Amino acid sequence: MQTLSLAPWLVATPLIGAALLLLVGRRSDRWGHWFGVLASTATFVIGLVILLDMLGVDAAERVGVHTTASWIDVGPLSVDLGFQVDPLSMTFVMLISFVGSLIHLYSVAYMSHDRDRRRFFAYLNLFVAAMLLLVLADSYLLLFVGWEGVGLASYLLIGFWDHHLPNAVAGKKAFVMNRVGDMGLIAAMMFMLATFGGVDFLTVLGTAGAVDEGTATAIGLLLLLAACGKSAQLPLQAWLGDAMAGPTPVSALIHAATMVTAGVYLLVRSGPLLEAAPDAQLVIAVVGALTLLFGAIVGCAKDDIKKALAASTMSQIGYMMLAAGLGPVGYAFAIFHLLTHGFFKAGLFLGAGSVMHAMDDDVNMRRFGGLARLLPVTAITMGLGWLAILGVPPFSGFYSKDKIIEAAFVGEGWRPWVFGIVALVGAGITAYYMSRLFFMTFMGRRRWASELAGGAGRDGAADGTPVRHPHESPWLMTLPMVVLAIGSVGLGFVLNAGDRFVHWLEPVTGHAEHHEPVLPIWLIVTLTLVLVVLGAALAFVQYAVQRVPTTPPPASALVRAARVDLHQDDVNEGLVMLPGKVLTRSMVFADRTAVDAGWLGLAGGVGRLGGWLRGLQSGYVRQYAATTLGGLGVIVLVIWLVSGQGAS
Amino acid sequence: MELVNYLYLASILFALGATTVLLRRNAIVVFMGVELMLNATNLALVTFARMHGDITGQVLAFFVMVVAAAEVVVGLAIIVTIFRARRSASVDDVNLLKS
Repeated sequence: MQTLSLAPWLVATPLIGAALLLLVGRRSDRWGHWFGVLASTATFVIGLVILLDMLGVDAAERVGVHTTASWIDVGPLSVDLGFQVDPLSMTFVMLISFVGSLIHLYSVAYMSHDRDRRRFFAYLNLFVAAMLLLVLADSYLLLFVGWEGVGLASYLLIGFWDHHLPNAVAGKKAFVMNRVGDMGLIAAMMFMLATFGGVDFLTVLGTAGAVDEGTATAIGLLLLLAACGKSAQLPLQAWLGDAMAGPTPVSALIHAATMVTAGVYLLVRSGPLLEAAPDAQLVIAVVGALTLLFGAIVGCAKDDIKKALAASTMSQIGYMMLAAGLGPVGYAFAIFHLLTHGFFKAGLFLGAGSVMHAMDDDVNMRRFGGLARLLPVTAITMGLGWLAILGVPPFSGFYSKDKIIEAAFVGEGWRPWVFGIVALVGAGITAYYMSRLFFMTFMGRRRWASELAGGAGRDGAADGTPVRHPHESPWLMTLPMVVLAIGSVGLGFVLNAGDRFVHWLEPVTGHAEHHEPVLPIWLIVTLTLVLVVLGAALAFVQYAVQRVPTTPPPASALVRAARVDLHQDDVNEGLVMLPGKVLTRSMVFADRTAVDAGWLGLAGGVGRLGGWLRGLQSGYVRQYAATTLGGLGVIVLVIWLVSGQGAS
Repeated sequence: MELVNYLYLASILFALGATTVLLRRNAIVVFMGVELMLNATNLALVTFARMHGDITGQVLAFFVMVVAAAEVVVGLAIIVTIFRARRSASVDDVNLLKS
């Protein structure tokens, strides 16, 4: 490919944007946001040029590595600053730069009242640069640089409004929990270095088949740990809900469409290695299945529109992890679902941002209702995203999620039944909670007061209902929503036609033999659709027909647990934080009573000895003279004794 | 006369000098004690030279005399300076280096 040498510019362009905006500082406040949009769009254009070039060559020539320089060269280890350009990375490049550019555009309007809008755009550009480095790296070490870069950008953007303490705490929580996963990646690289003698994809993945299963399993599980941290999978999922403290465009770009899917990318990229470790693959699938249910259950009980979407993200990434754990049969579908999910979930988040914009930044869905007429564009775009995530044909979610459910039913023994049924049930719950979100927001009775309605004063109605002035968002915000909605509708159909996307990824994921699921495909599709319709109908009755109480009603133990994220914070605090605290406290105690006491005692003894010796220095010259004379006497005595005995 | 008697005399003179240094407070007198000790040593050295029949002891005695002369010059200068500063020549007053 001729345009391979453009690859470094994909990372450099947004990086230059971020550096310039941060270095020029307040002087760029007036034009900084447009500069950020420009940097992001330019990245998209470069990506598009490379993509078009790639589409023009044969499938076999689509994988290329562009090495710009040698990065680390010590002894036997040599790591290049190389860029891996292949269908998988280009899929991500297009997703990141396209959705990223739309969200940049959206943010121009969304953040227009923020004093620090320029800083926000600098961080967004930094994120795009780091994320592109992550997907374009040709070695695990360079990938790790991007991995940490997106973590940093995520931290900076979650805590963007850090004058409000909970936001800063949420940023810290995300950063610390990600660090746990990062340790997994570092340890995995150590194993690779010891086993393969290198960390670049060519060395590691090329010779992965020859490695023994124990080592492969260890590396696979460590990579899974890394993926769990970044992608908010069990048991490192607790940070994602709190990450919603950041501005909504950030939630859309980083915590829904791109960064949280980095874990799936890592696992799919490491496919050849994971195939040497069936046990690790099983664990990946189990983690995905559990998270899928976990997120879905939490999503059903959340009243905060952004947290409900966050739970949904967690659940959908669970689907992708499940697919990634199924082996070659699932890789392409994991990435396919990741791509369509990037579109419809970003669209849903931008819609949520538009709703918040209209409702004075309120996120409580119990105070929404009946907004469809007032926010028509938002309602329609979110509605299309909603149908897409439900998996209603012919929207894009249908093609991607249905394929995962089918793939989950492939296999022998107990696995297809367990994974398949979990995926199936998950689809039903997804339909319920997403419909609940949609109906609570846009349908049903208005649970807020407007000044035009009778009985409401400026401070709200008599029963405490807040006064709102819902209005449609400006075109800068609705345009990205419309584009993403179009993607949510058509992307799945276009890419699925003739298995186009699966063949597109084949140079990377390899050709997967077609396996028949344990149930006939028509039955799986029918079952899925029946469950989806049931879930949506239940939500319709509960949240569009019946009255929605404005305070959470008393509920069963499961709902109460789901409202507090199934006690994930309590579990973390009980299992990790508390023992950690006890350990550090006991270490401090041991340090004080044993180590410190010993050395301080010794030091005190030396000090006391010195004090006693100091008393000898009286300042009287005569006393010193006496000491000298005494010493002389001792010397004479010794000489006399020694020589006297020698003589006798 | 037995040569060893010179050594007894030297010992007595040395003891007298040492006692003077240790017991007297006046710096001049202490100084005189030091001189007495040096001369007692010289007497012993010369006696040893006579006993052994060579001149090593006598040469050493000359060295001691030279050093003693230099020491007197420096020592007296110090004592005079201290006296000017403190109006006292007592060695017990010079105790700034005590603990």
